[in-house]
Amino acid sequence: MRQLSYRHAIREALDEEIARDPMVVLMGEEVAQYNGAYKVSEGLWDKWGDKRIIDTPISEAGFIGMGVGASMLGVRPVMELMFWSFYTVAWDQIINNAGMVRYMSGGLINCPIVIRGPANGGTSVGATHSHTPENIMASFPGMKCVVPSNAYDAKGLLKAAIRDNDPVMFMESTVLYGEKWDVPENSELPDGELVIPLGVADVKREGTDVTLVCHGRAVITCLKAAEILEEEHGISAEVVDLRTIRPLDEETVYESVRKTHRVICVDENKPFLSVGAQLAAMIQLHCFDDLDAPVQRVNSIDTPAFYSPPIEKMQLPYPDVVVAKVLEIC
Amino acid sequence: MAAVKSIKHKDAPINKALSKEDKIAIFRDMCRIRRFEQVALKYYNAEKMGGFLHLYIGQESVAVGCASLMGEHDHMITAYRNHGHGLAVGMGMNECMAELYGKATGCSKGKGGSMHYFAPDKNYWGGHGIVGGQTPLGTGLAFGVKYKEQKGCCMTFMGDGAVNQGAFHESLNLAALFELPVIFIIENNGYSMGTSQKRSSAYPSCLAERAEGYGMAWELLNGEDVYEVRSRVQAAVERAHNESKPTLLEITTYRYYGHSVADSKHKDGYRTKDEIERYQRDHDPINIFRDHLLKEGVLTEEEAKEIDQTAFKEAEDSATFADQSEFPEPAEMFDDVYWEVDNGTEAGSTGRHFFND
Repeated sequence: MRQLSYRHAIREALDEEIARDPMVVLMGEEVAQYNGAYKVSEGLWDKWGDKRIIDTPISEAGFIGMGVGASMLGVRPVMELMFWSFYTVAWDQIINNAGMVRYMSGGLINCPIVIRGPANGGTSVGATHSHTPENIMASFPGMKCVVPSNAYDAKGLLKAAIRDNDPVMFMESTVLYGEKWDVPENSELPDGELVIPLGVADVKREGTDVTLVCHGRAVITCLKAAEILEEEHGISAEVVDLRTIRPLDEETVYESVRKTHRVICVDENKPFLSVGAQLAAMIQLHCFDDLDAPVQRVNSIDTPAFYSPPIEKMQLPYPDVVVAKVLEIC
Repeated sequence: MAAVKSIKHKDAPINKALSKEDKIAIFRDMCRIRRFEQVALKYYNAEKMGGFLHLYIGQESVAVGCASLMGEHDHMITAYRNHGHGLAVGMGMNECMAELYGKATGCSKGKGGSMHYFAPDKNYWGGHGIVGGQTPLGTGLAFGVKYKEQKGCCMTFMGDGAVNQGAFHESLNLAALFELPVIFIIENNGYSMGTSQKRSSAYPSCLAERAEGYGMAWELLNGEDVYEVRSRVQAAVERAHNESKPTLLEITTYRYYGHSVADSKHKDGYRTKDEIERYQRDHDPINIFRDHLLKEGVLTEEEAKEIDQTAFKEAEDSATFADQSEFPEPAEMFDDVYWEVDNGTEAGSTGRHFFND
């Protein structure tokens, strides 16, 4: 099977959706003539031109709000944030307008908008550029939030996100953009295209002794940890990739926990009110009798992101930390 | 001076084109807004409704004049002082009053309240509570009109208190840069809550002149005469329709009541009682337009009074309707959050959407 980079998979999803639906338009800083700050949209402006691929000024509140307004009228904008960290300057437009207008209008309006871009630490760009706001976005009813861990999922989930009629916050990773995975050609697929529904988790590795629940780049971390656990400690870890935070596939998580009886929630959020914090509350409620150990969590260290490269690496969850946490309960 | 100006605006082609019935409809709409809000105030004070009540009384000529210019692909969006705009585009008093009462029969099913009226079927997009937050949305609606290659525009209203928000300036830049058919309309009633314009804004000759910084057309006009509103806003509509270019308009107007009903300092606090009375006596938009119509022989005093009394009765009837309507069922809390859930789609039934247990 062909291998595709994470960024190329996203580009392919955009290209296919732009071809499918004349209302789909990509907007953001440097997405057109510059070919994308992270080259995600490379070649799309050449192919689709000014109408479908639009460079915006550095004006997140303005252009995200413009996208929300256009979506109310039936345009289906895909808005690129160069970094998801810039959500703070577009907060009112994202939360109050995209997230609340349907409710406040009694269902008269909907916003079929996707806001996408990288949301990760680990690249030595300092605290303001290293936010992972999936927990924050998912905390608002009305929002959907997707965090793909690999190229295959990124392509299929982005296509579903663009077709969704609610606002979808789609979080990528600059660390994964260049990594490659198997992604089939459309001609190799039974339906002729790759669409992964939102709200369906994926067991990335089967195991029997402990469940690692994760999303985004933490999935890669957990898969490495699972290898170490098997090779060095004879422990069989199951890795459950949530893929979407809201809607959330809780059943796949519970099913795994009922099998392994031990669970660690691993994500790159800070621990306070992280995705793992929410999961821990749900798991203890729904799987109390199945648990042989307390629900554990591994998060980024609870400090702002450190610039200095070797120190920042220690702040993020890395395989050895996950292994150590597993050994505490197995 | 004012009389000379109003004769000119009265004779503008867009006003000349008005039939007798059109003129009466404009007068009726202004009366309906005023009576609706007077009745709303009465029942707000009787504690029939919660939250805020931002009254538009005194500014009726602006919303009605602008709405009367709207065609098939023209849109409207505004801030929280939005009852007038909603009624002007054709929303019913019953659904609007019931929304204030928080009833299931309200225009937003009781989910939005006073600040959040919407009627997309009438190209009316709210009703927004965060000052200036609607200006990028209006820019986006204009983007949508242009993207769909329709001949239309989006009238994007705000108060003078919104002009210092970043979102507004970002919207001006985007609209000028992308040549979007948007008309930004500052309804300048002189006060951003209790702070006068001079104490809140830095500006050259007027707020609209800030458009110069974005190379955008702008105009300052007096909103008390609906003929002037129509003739001068029409120029901006034509610019949007024919050139796909934005305009920034500043329409001077006056609110008789406070920022909201809870604003106790609006009389002999940050402004004087004399000032309010002077506006009511000399600059009231309904009186001014009624005088036009009397002079033109379109209406008699009796007919004008009857239109006003009919509006008053309609407003009182809407309060009865609202009072007798049911409150929403608690289960309705979960409706209108997600389109996919509401519509029972596969996406709406995949994964968990709500996290209450």
